[in-house]
Amino acid sequence: MIATPEVIRLDANGTVAHLTAEHRLIIDLIEEGSRALDLGCGEGDLLKALEIVKRVRAEGIELSEACIQACVAKGLMNVHHGDLDEGLADYPDKSVDYVISTNTIQVLHNPMFLIREMARVGKKCIVSFPNFAHWPARAQLFFKGHMPKTAKLPSEWYESQNIHLTTILDFRNFCRKAEMRILREMPLRTTPDGGHRIIHLFPNLRADTAVFLLEDARASAEST
Amino acid sequence: MPWLASSRNNRKRALTGRGLSMAVDVSSVGIVETKYFTFAYPPNEMKLEGGRTLGPVTLAYETYGELSPAKDNAILILHALSGDAHAAGFHKPSDKAPGWWDIMIGPGKAFDTRKYFVICSNVIGGCKGSTGPSSINPATGKPYALSFPVVTISDMVNAQKELIDYLGIEKLLCVVGGSMGGMQVLDWAVRFPDRVRLAIPIATAGRLSAQAIAFDEVGRQAIQSDPNWMGGNYYGKAVPHRGLAIARMIGHITYLSERSMHQKFGRKLQDKSEYGYDFLTDFQVESYLRYKGDNFVKRFDANSYLYITKAMDYFDLGQAYGSLKQAFAGVKARFLVISFSSDWLFPSYQSKEIVTAIRQNNGAVIYTEIHTDYGHDAFLLESEQISSLVTNFLEFGANSKK
Repeated sequence: MIATPEVIRLDANGTVAHLTAEHRLIIDLIEEGSRALDLGCGEGDLLKALEIVKRVRAEGIELSEACIQACVAKGLMNVHHGDLDEGLADYPDKSVDYVISTNTIQVLHNPMFLIREMARVGKKCIVSFPNFAHWPARAQLFFKGHMPKTAKLPSEWYESQNIHLTTILDFRNFCRKAEMRILREMPLRTTPDGGHRIIHLFPNLRADTAVFLLEDARASAEST
Repeated sequence: MPWLASSRNNRKRALTGRGLSMAVDVSSVGIVETKYFTFAYPPNEMKLEGGRTLGPVTLAYETYGELSPAKDNAILILHALSGDAHAAGFHKPSDKAPGWWDIMIGPGKAFDTRKYFVICSNVIGGCKGSTGPSSINPATGKPYALSFPVVTISDMVNAQKELIDYLGIEKLLCVVGGSMGGMQVLDWAVRFPDRVRLAIPIATAGRLSAQAIAFDEVGRQAIQSDPNWMGGNYYGKAVPHRGLAIARMIGHITYLSERSMHQKFGRKLQDKSEYGYDFLTDFQVESYLRYKGDNFVKRFDANSYLYITKAMDYFDLGQAYGSLKQAFAGVKARFLVISFSSDWLFPSYQSKEIVTAIRQNNGAVIYTEIHTDYGHDAFLLESEQISSLVTNFLEFGANSKK
């Protein structure tokens, strides 16, 4: 069960926002009053929800100017127009409680560099991504011979920004190579209406999305 | 002059495009007047960063909107090199153009005068009503000329602080400015952290780059090599017209981008269809620069140009603190930092340095680089993006705690 409600109130005027299952799962992971940095924060929906639900000090980095405008229009006071491929040089080591990357790691030029930057800056890291090994994607490739197009992977291959697609199995290996400890792994099957189910059995086949809670294995090895 | 006509038409289109006409412009602050505040009478002269003193000091300023009973809605606008206190509205109904940032200040605009009390003051060293080299030195009865002490950005800010004290404002809701105005914004936020809630530095830098200093120096050399300059003692005689006009022409090139110049002028010829094979005006861009230079001389003092560019050259916020990061250590204001993609005079990386320094101190900062072809001058142009960012930043910032 996800504790975070599906609908939250944004302001006193009664404006509400509907949260996706993925965002609700992530909000659940985050401690009240902590500091969170969302990489590729888009229009700031997750950050705004974190501010309201968990009174988080919410910060974001986003490549799109229009998205920054949208974030400021939501009242987010810590958003930075920047390129994640340049890293997180502004942030000192372990200065943020949670560094979050939702649906972003697969569009970066160097995911390994960024995950290590996340580990350096964040006490904990949360990464979510579309699972390329989800069975409809596999089926399209296997039976039809086409690059998969699904709800989570909607673009044609030549239009897609996803240059580093991954699977749950591959991401586990990636974490090992990156010296990241997996604290929690939440494979998820989502529906367009916002519904979801946590997948326990054959997650790499049956989940369209995965949320990972990670921490730096290097840092914890040193401290223990 | 075709380029002039086209820019006027664009303006008219922009205005009618918003469903407004000059006559019934409800978004204008209307007729305004410049006010004057004088302080630092001897023997209590103002101490300047360079070690000298200055007094009495007069600041020209304008205000728009009403100061709230709690005095918590004041916004201080800081102008750039050639700006003045007249930021919005008209001095008289027959004025052709409104104040220099009229697109941003007025009822319903980003600096909404129905909500905020907006103040804009001319800098010391200037020539638009504030004490500067063209002012009469009360000790001699003659213009100061080069006996005027060299002033810095901090001196300009210290003078503004006197004005803000005089107006009874304990804490400014916001300080905002572009270019040299942005330098003053940073100086305000760093040196008076308890008096600024929100800060909007636009197209600016923590210190002037070597390249910008170089352009300033060429401008100053142009003025100083004009025979009319005469060591600065030209008041009452012919002014160093050529020198100041050339300085402005150089400056103006740095405010535009290569692309915007190409779009505006290309290689188009001015009032002719073939090259003249002489050194009269051939190209539209030449005509434009000459017009800009000549026009500038009518409204600006050459010695003020020397003093104000020097103040910008000296600006290095981190120097006194050891680094830019340390300069921002005690800063409390929330920032909205804006840069422009085609600005090569104050490139985006300089705004990013400011953002980094604020972040390293765990300060609150919004940063955005606006994609535009208009170069450094983009901050003076009508921009939906800037308006929207500023409107929301002020709205949420004013409602936030503290």
